[in-house]
Amino acid sequence: MDNILPSYLIMGAILFCIGLYGALSKKSAIVVLISVELMLNASNLNFIAFSKYGPAPSLTGQIFTLFNITIAAAEVAVGVAILIALFKNKGTSNVEEMDSMRY
Amino acid sequence: MESTYSQLAWIIPLSPLIAFFILLSIGRQLKQYGGYLAVVASLISFIISVLIFIERTGSDMQNYTWNDWDWLSVDTISLSMGFEINNLNTLMLLIVSFVGLLVNLYSIGYMKDDERVNVYFSYIALFTFSMLGLVIAENIVQLYIFWELVGVCSFLLIGFWYFKPEAKAAAKKAFIVTRIGDVGLFIAILLLFWYMPNHSMSFSAISNAFIQNEIEPGITTLIAILIFVGAMGKSGQFPLHTWLPDAMEGPTPISALIHAATMVAAGVYLVARTFPIFESSATAMTVVAVVGAFTALFAATIGVAQNDIKRVLAYSTVSQLGYMMLALGVGALSAGMFHLFTHAFFKALLFLAAGSVIHAVHKQDMNEMGGLGVKMKITAWTFGIGALALSGIFPFAGFWSKDAILTEALNQNVGYFIVGLTAAFFTAFYMARLFFLVFAGKSRANHDANEPHSEPHESPAVMTIPLIILAVLAIGAGFVFTPFNPWFGEWLTGAAEEHTNWTVIILSNLVGILGIGLGYLMYLRGSIARDVISSRAPGLYRLIHNKYYMDELYQIIIVTPLKGLGFVLRFIDYYVIDGAVRLSASSALYVGRLGARMQNGQLQSYGLASLIGIVLLMIILVGRRFWNVG
Repeated sequence: MDNILPSYLIMGAILFCIGLYGALSKKSAIVVLISVELMLNASNLNFIAFSKYGPAPSLTGQIFTLFNITIAAAEVAVGVAILIALFKNKGTSNVEEMDSMRY
Repeated sequence: MESTYSQLAWIIPLSPLIAFFILLSIGRQLKQYGGYLAVVASLISFIISVLIFIERTGSDMQNYTWNDWDWLSVDTISLSMGFEINNLNTLMLLIVSFVGLLVNLYSIGYMKDDERVNVYFSYIALFTFSMLGLVIAENIVQLYIFWELVGVCSFLLIGFWYFKPEAKAAAKKAFIVTRIGDVGLFIAILLLFWYMPNHSMSFSAISNAFIQNEIEPGITTLIAILIFVGAMGKSGQFPLHTWLPDAMEGPTPISALIHAATMVAAGVYLVARTFPIFESSATAMTVVAVVGAFTALFAATIGVAQNDIKRVLAYSTVSQLGYMMLALGVGALSAGMFHLFTHAFFKALLFLAAGSVIHAVHKQDMNEMGGLGVKMKITAWTFGIGALALSGIFPFAGFWSKDAILTEALNQNVGYFIVGLTAAFFTAFYMARLFFLVFAGKSRANHDANEPHSEPHESPAVMTIPLIILAVLAIGAGFVFTPFNPWFGEWLTGAAEEHTNWTVIILSNLVGILGIGLGYLMYLRGSIARDVISSRAPGLYRLIHNKYYMDELYQIIIVTPLKGLGFVLRFIDYYVIDGAVRLSASSALYVGRLGARMQNGQLQSYGLASLIGIVLLMIILVGRRFWNVG
């Protein structure tokens, strides 16, 4: 059987890079949040791939992935709530204008 | 004989010091009474000085020394402070406290319109304290402290009218030029400390060591010459004399007290006090004599071509101090001190009389005076007596002392004698010129009709009484030391000096009368044209009138190069040292600004920075496997 693990890992890496690019370059805060979700899911994919095809396959990876999905959902809920609050205050969802922590 | 009053000598400097502190603290409230306080303080000093003097005229008085106050002790060496009373400094005490008293009295009249009159009196009190302390100092370090103190007082008083730029410049000049001499004295003290047995600094120990030749000759000469350099600075000897004429910017009573009678004589006193050092080095003695003789003649010629009444007197002071140094240089301690004694009286008299004239006409240029003798009889008479005494005419005080010096000079070397005699001729001539220009003839003042009190009048009694007292002394003070009555010399040095020389007596009188006669013919009768020299030899006149261009010479050879050096150093300081400081400060600032700019609040750029960081870390971690670095 050909080792299928690298295909999953490359897929994960691509997803991660897309997410990273989006998180670092997009102006809309919603898109940034979505990109962060992409990065999280890229790591979930790695967990799954290693739990199935890794050197020591076990269920731990899958359980961890479930955890991650739960946490990601919670995180999105908090993140979107913050965004809405910000939008109400500042009237914008552009991350470049959210610089009140500057020096 | 028991010394009762000598034990009280510490009161003499203390009394003016207390006056100084009182004037300093509540001078403003005292108003016109400040002057009376100063007079009382100096009167106390004077009375005790007189008592000590009377006590010491008794036969075989022992010197009284008190030095129980350990001021400084390092390991086994201890430096004590105290005072010593011997005949030499008794004489100085008498002169200083007496002239101080009269000058204080005179100043009440002379300075009464000045707003800062009590500051003035406090400075005089501080000066009197310092000068009296200098005189009774027991060791040379103590003397040096007071030596600097009188220098400070001189600085303060020359610059008393500090709103005049000339006075400010003169004060600075006096301070700096005398400081050059003081450095010499300081090095001499260091050398003495190094070479004296037990590092003893007291005058008696120094005298003993040098009399017994305990110090090697080369060092002795060096110490003596360095001490003399200090004396040159203070006593205005060539080439450090330039500050003294400029010091005339101060109030006239100050010129009389500090720059004629007392402080400038401190140099002569210093040489006399350390005379055993000089006596054990023939070279040093020659240096003292040559510098003294040269200064006497040099300054006397300058005095001929000055127009400011006080400057003529200032150059005359320089010249007479040269005489004193000449006397010391030929080994005639008593003659030198005798001249100091008589000179203090008649030169103080001349300055105070000149002050009276300035007080009356508010001018100092002799060419704008004239005919004042009728209006100011007392001033004219007393000035005339002072002038005759200075010119060395029999039987005034100056005659006896100058005669004593010239006799000693002739015994030593005929060259000194000729120089001294020539200087005496010039002295008589410029004093005659001064007297006739100021007091005789017609007034040359351009009367300003708008000025209400332009008519000169005699000064008040508080100013004329000191003049009369000094005039009496200018006549009589000489009789304590005549060829027929050598009491003064015996008292001062303990050895009778034989110095009757009719040739000298006749010659010195002759040149004096010749000088006065020439002055009379030129400036009163007019039978010799005044410009006989200035028209025939304008170059010579200009040379003398400009004081041999000494100030300009100093400007070129010392001041300008130093200023240039200062400029270069300032340049280096400003651009190199300050530049380095500014560079480090500004680089820190720019690094800070750069760091601050990175804190822009943009989360995405922070993320980018983290990404770059982790990529770099990964490159390093992975790459070192391939490049095999770590």
